[in-house]
Amino acid sequence: MRAFKFGDDIDTDVIIPARYLNTSDPEELAKHCMEDADPEFAKKARPGDVIVAGKNFGCGSSREHAPIAIKALGIEAVIAKSFARIFYRNSFNIGLKILECPEAAEKIRDGDELSINYDTGEIKNLTTGESYFAKPIPEFMQNIIAKGGLINYVREKLQGTV
Amino acid sequence: MGMTMTEKILAYHAGKEVVEPGELISCKVDAVLANDITGPVAISEFKKIGVDAVFDRDRVYLVPDHFTPNKDIKSAEQAKILRDFAKEQNLTYYFEVGKMGIEHVLLPEEGLVLPGEVIIGADSHTCTYGGLGAFATGVGSTDLAAAMALGETWFKVPESIKFYLYGEKLLPYVSAKDIILYIIGQIGVDGALYKAMEFAGSALKLISVEGRLTMANMAIEAGAKNGIFPVDELTLEYVKGRAKREFKVFASDPDARYEAVYEINVEEIEPQVALPHLPENAVPVKEVSGKDIDQVVIGSCTNGRIEDLRVAAAILKGKKVKDYVRCIIIPGSQSVYRQALKEGLIDIFIEAGAAVSTPTCGPCLGGHMGILAKGERAVATTNRNFVGRMGHVESEVYLAGPAVAAASAIAGKIVHPEEVL
Repeated sequence: MRAFKFGDDIDTDVIIPARYLNTSDPEELAKHCMEDADPEFAKKARPGDVIVAGKNFGCGSSREHAPIAIKALGIEAVIAKSFARIFYRNSFNIGLKILECPEAAEKIRDGDELSINYDTGEIKNLTTGESYFAKPIPEFMQNIIAKGGLINYVREKLQGTV
Repeated sequence: MGMTMTEKILAYHAGKEVVEPGELISCKVDAVLANDITGPVAISEFKKIGVDAVFDRDRVYLVPDHFTPNKDIKSAEQAKILRDFAKEQNLTYYFEVGKMGIEHVLLPEEGLVLPGEVIIGADSHTCTYGGLGAFATGVGSTDLAAAMALGETWFKVPESIKFYLYGEKLLPYVSAKDIILYIIGQIGVDGALYKAMEFAGSALKLISVEGRLTMANMAIEAGAKNGIFPVDELTLEYVKGRAKREFKVFASDPDARYEAVYEINVEEIEPQVALPHLPENAVPVKEVSGKDIDQVVIGSCTNGRIEDLRVAAAILKGKKVKDYVRCIIIPGSQSVYRQALKEGLIDIFIEAGAAVSTPTCGPCLGGHMGILAKGERAVATTNRNFVGRMGHVESEVYLAGPAVAAASAIAGKIVHPEEVL
């Protein structure tokens, strides 16, 4: 998995510009993913690649289309120094893997090859031989993931009360 | 240890006596909302849950305001999904074009978001309602779908930061927008990440309820979970006669815990402009005075209220918009539009050579009704100046209050209002 490096405060308008929000078709959105930061990104990225960014990734709009576009493009995970809160929540809800890891965000260079162990949170930089550890995912979030996403979680909750 | 307003509202809705920052709670919501961009995704997720009806048809608000009146076929299809769902669920509060306003202008006006309530919306500027003393925050479509089914959602109780505003008067042409741009300039676009921004202090009496809505609206631009104002006589006066249901007032305890307290003398704040491409790039307008512009937008969920239009009209009255500059004015709701008509503001705008539109979010997010070409520059009373936000990736948005925006339209360049009067 190749790293594509971006800067701080990557906002949702950059991740998926509003001019493409007249549809919610994931495949259509994926074609324009990160377009205003790197117009070639959607063509260059391969399934399994990783976005690595600085602080406050996903700031701005609540549009779930942002993590949907990234996921539909086949991006395996987003590693950032920090995430904006709505984006963070949305990513879990739609099943995009995100890892908060300031050290990785700092040290990984564009083009580095990575491997990630989601159980331990270890991010291995195969290019430099370094290892970084992401902050553990909060237990409540893990619970939602274990249920297969928020919608399944809600379905089970409702069945329990019916 | 006392609790903040935010903590008290959350505790009450979670059925608990006490909550603490960091605690995860399941919380009842008083209302949920979505628009024509986020609604269709929420509706599609809602249908996967397998329930027939929303938790309460009086408390699910759908407002097609972003790409409406529909800008193209695809947008029309999105808006239709909203309309069909509203019909199917027999929702009380679906606002069709003609009755529609920008959601965060419309819903406070309609008394559908009230002090002490918990409101979530699939729109990041849902935090606007904190201006009325509600806990209100933006969520994504899936979270909204879950809340439409359950009538509840989960939160991590946020730490609170207090912004203590003091001072006896504002400088000429300074409005709530300048104060919030100044604050974001001080703390940065992630300065309140995941936190509650609580506004307090003696200067609040200088800030109208509409101004408070403007300020709470931009809490998200500092990364905050919510912005919140205390409920005072001004708030109660505003909601009187509008409120569609009973509400409960909460106030922060004197010994409530804050992660940080900022003290701000509002008397020192000059009219602000936030330079591209982040709202944190706020500077006094005088520092950028003289930059040529191509467009001015006055409107949005931040500054599309009647007071904003009054400020703009006072400056545009008897003046002309500069040649080759487009000045687009968008009242935030039908009632704002009608009030502006009654007061003769629309006449002033048209006389000045401005375009006046039916309510829409339109240009704020680069949707329609005023998209920028490559290399163009706009002054806008909107909330975001991100790369490509209002159009071409190489266009620029300078955020300002209505006074600076109106004055800049006359001058054809960014100016302090005193330069055109």
